Amino acid sequence: MEAKDSKNISRRDFFKKMGAAGLATAGLAACADGSKGTPGTSGAAAEGEMTYRTNPTTGDRVSLLGFGMMRLPSVGGRSAREGNEEIDQEMVNMMVDYAIEHGVNYFDTSPAYCRGLSERATGIALSRHSRDKWFIATKLSNFAPSTWTYDGAVAMYRNSMKELQVDYIDYLLLHGIGMDGMEALHNRYLDNGVLDFLLKEREAGRIRNLGFSYHGDIEVFDYLLTRHDVYKWDFVQIQLNYLDWKFAKTINPRNTNAEYLYGELSKRGIPAVIMEPLLGGRLSNVPDNIVAQLKQREPERSVASWAFRFAGSFPGVMTVLSGMTRMEHLQDNLHTYSPLDPLTEEEFAFLQDTATLMMQFDTIPCNDCKYCMPCPYGIDIPGVLLHYNKCLNEGNVPMSSGSRDYRKARRAFLVGYDRSVPRLRQASHCIGCGQCSPHCPQRIDIPAELHRIDHYVERLKQETL
Amino acid sequence: MLKKIRLTLAIIFFAAITLLFLDFTGTIRTWFGWMAKIQFLPAVLALNLGVIILLVALTLIFGRVYCSVICPMGVFQDLVSWINGRRSRKSRMRFTWSPAKNALRYGMLAIFIIALFAGAGSVVALLAPYSSYGRIVSNLFAPIWQWGNNALAFFAERLDSYAFYSTDVWLKSLPTFIIAAATFIAIVILAWRNGRTYCNTICPVGTVLGFLSRFSLFQVKIDGEKCRECSLCTRQCKASCIDYKNHSIDHSRCVSCFNCIGTCTHGAISYGSRFGAKSAKSGGAATTGNIPVGMSGNRPANTSGSGFVAGKKAAPAAEDKSRRSFLAVSAMLATAATVKAQEKKVDGGLAVIVDKKIPERATKIVPAGAVGLRNFSRHCTGCQLCVSVCPNQVLRPSAGLLTLMQPEMSYERGYCRPECVKCSEVCPAGAIRPITVEEKSSIKIGHTVWVKQNCIPLTDGVECGNCARHCPAGAILMVNSDPNDPASPKIPAVNEERCIGCGACENLCPARPFSAIYVEGHQMHSEI
Repeated sequence: MEAKDSKNISRRDFFKKMGAAGLATAGLAACADGSKGTPGTSGAAAEGEMTYRTNPTTGDRVSLLGFGMMRLPSVGGRSAREGNEEIDQEMVNMMVDYAIEHGVNYFDTSPAYCRGLSERATGIALSRHSRDKWFIATKLSNFAPSTWTYDGAVAMYRNSMKELQVDYIDYLLLHGIGMDGMEALHNRYLDNGVLDFLLKEREAGRIRNLGFSYHGDIEVFDYLLTRHDVYKWDFVQIQLNYLDWKFAKTINPRNTNAEYLYGELSKRGIPAVIMEPLLGGRLSNVPDNIVAQLKQREPERSVASWAFRFAGSFPGVMTVLSGMTRMEHLQDNLHTYSPLDPLTEEEFAFLQDTATLMMQFDTIPCNDCKYCMPCPYGIDIPGVLLHYNKCLNEGNVPMSSGSRDYRKARRAFLVGYDRSVPRLRQASHCIGCGQCSPHCPQRIDIPAELHRIDHYVERLKQETL
Repeated sequence: MLKKIRLTLAIIFFAAITLLFLDFTGTIRTWFGWMAKIQFLPAVLALNLGVIILLVALTLIFGRVYCSVICPMGVFQDLVSWINGRRSRKSRMRFTWSPAKNALRYGMLAIFIIALFAGAGSVVALLAPYSSYGRIVSNLFAPIWQWGNNALAFFAERLDSYAFYSTDVWLKSLPTFIIAAATFIAIVILAWRNGRTYCNTICPVGTVLGFLSRFSLFQVKIDGEKCRECSLCTRQCKASCIDYKNHSIDHSRCVSCFNCIGTCTHGAISYGSRFGAKSAKSGGAATTGNIPVGMSGNRPANTSGSGFVAGKKAAPAAEDKSRRSFLAVSAMLATAATVKAQEKKVDGGLAVIVDKKIPERATKIVPAGAVGLRNFSRHCTGCQLCVSVCPNQVLRPSAGLLTLMQPEMSYERGYCRPECVKCSEVCPAGAIRPITVEEKSSIKIGHTVWVKQNCIPLTDGVECGNCARHCPAGAILMVNSDPNDPASPKIPAVNEERCIGCGACENLCPARPFSAIYVEGHQMHSEI
């Protein structure tokens, strides 16, 4: 009992430190007695009640777990390397049914996701449930120059409604603000009058909440927030996780730490929607020593659950999006958030230590979002980068031929490379045209990384390490 | 006892040589590579005097044990014949004595020698027994082996094991495949019905060794006093060389399999020195001992004569014609899709990659170590061993009439990687001489040619330089397409002096189906 009390106190301190909340933290009271002592994480259905947060402008009760529709399952059952396979609609339906049944009510998609097929699949799955059971979030993904016109952008917006089979959109986002800087913001939303159009749509009630998702240039983020009094953002979607909290800038100097982003929103009382809580799986697929550390503390919780608890513990967070490909992902996440067991201050510090430790691994910050794809020259960009990361995590990237287990690691790297990525789609075929880089939300210099990996592979093959 | 020794050795040789052709990883050759090098014809073509002397001496002492033990084609026929014999006593005893078909044997040998001198590598390759067997294995058995391997790799991948990796199975040359299949069918039918017919009528090696084995020191003999003329030995002699009525054995056809010794119920057949036997004539061995050595010494020396040159001149023309028709056919079959950089609107998916097509090369490319086209076509027996071990899918049998089945290189599926010298290590015939990785890096087997209209910086307006980035010789520089405009797209400038013709640029060029940079072979290789 004593232990419990002290835990609650430290949690309170923790929240104070995080900044005051404009949001009610419903379900928080239930969390202390909830998930402790539950059996293993995988497969088991969550038995508690989903944690909800209330949207201050519309009063929506939003589930803390949001369903991201970016990594939908393909017919082959895989997501990571689905290539050109069709979406497995039957599985999408099953997962959406299961999610709604267990209290999830926020679904996030975009006209660009899954080769443009995500919205339709989402619409089909959701239309089987009554409209008041779910909120739909989609985006105005007018990245291609041909959609920079007013007509082009509006057509895209109207098409989203058609694909989603709805006559109003609960949450609409300007997509990927900050990519390509202020110039892109002007081209895509400001100069062509598209933002004014969206504001009118909100007045008309066809958009219930208007917000933006942010990646990249901090100038654009700051600019849009200074105009908050004009635009009245109902929510903003940011990338937040225990690695990006303090290290986003270290990983890539052009990015901004999540601590700053969250702080700016919290200051203004704007609800935050969290994307990449798991960094595209990088925070669930971590080096062995880190798995050991996390499991030692919570043997019955998944590695991923730590990342979700981190993101969910901030009171200003309305929902945490997870791009779930498999039913097991969904079940594990439901387990974590039904209800949320917020991090203690001590656990928060522990995760920061873990992040520091992870920074020692030179993994490429690719989240497999596939924004860079398709590469016009056929390269499987995320496939190459993820294979490299996987080998780093498994200790299969020998630095010299004198390294311990060099032979074994070399074989694992090279044989695994051919298995993960067909030869024709490997890094050696990257011509460095640079068409991919502007699309990368993590702002990875993709050609440079591909050439670096290719050079490494060459040295492995020629044994000149 | 003799038969058991013969069987054991034969099985070891046969299995090892077959594995040599099946093993695409190139690891078996470390232990069994020498077995290919002691094959008679490859040794002759490689001017491997030591091996030739050894084989001639072996034959002059023991008879044609080479045909029963070392030659994989011979053992393969025994295997087929044995399977037939397993069915019943009647089929095991299905053979009869027949007179030697000398006109056919020596006729075939003459054709073979003429073809060798004339540089008709395809005819040589067609008749050579070891090559025929190599072709059968690499064309018919290897795909099955590789599919089996790929199935294992499939499960290994699921078990997170790196013990097996999958390999591409593809038809390297249709004509060669058809020839291999036809040879296989013909050999199986002949061996099934009459045992060693091929060895004693068509095989040039069999004919030469048969000529020698007449004079061999040890021979199988029939003791006329003990013989009851029961015909058992004749009826199970797969070489049809025992005339039981006259108690005589045609030693030019006997392959020293020793089956007859055990079959004879009267102990009339034995294997021993022919001196001391009644019918033996002395002096043969001494005089004939020089012949084969002299022959083998002269033969390659003569090939540089006019006959070869005349034959070679016709070759490129014929080659070009067949390749052109092949290109026309493949062009018709393939869809004319071209990859064009498209505006990116949605996320994910993989762009379609069009298969590369073989460019029209004026001169074909052969591997480093081959010295030149002339040396290569003169020595190659078309056994496909190098094709089987090439890990980069560069080598494949060529389609030219005179060089049919002899390999050539092309770079649509891979390129001649700097760390690999496998073909030079396995070649038993001296067509590709052994070289080291270091030597290879300075052997020029061809040079690159730039094709302006295909070059991506000019057609798509994007930065590229993939050829320059991957050139192991540093022979490619990227220069401005407009010398007066430093902002103009950069195009490759090839320093032909440094280029070694490895094909990295051609293979990794993003232009499809035809690369913007390709390799032209050289008649004679040189050092840079």
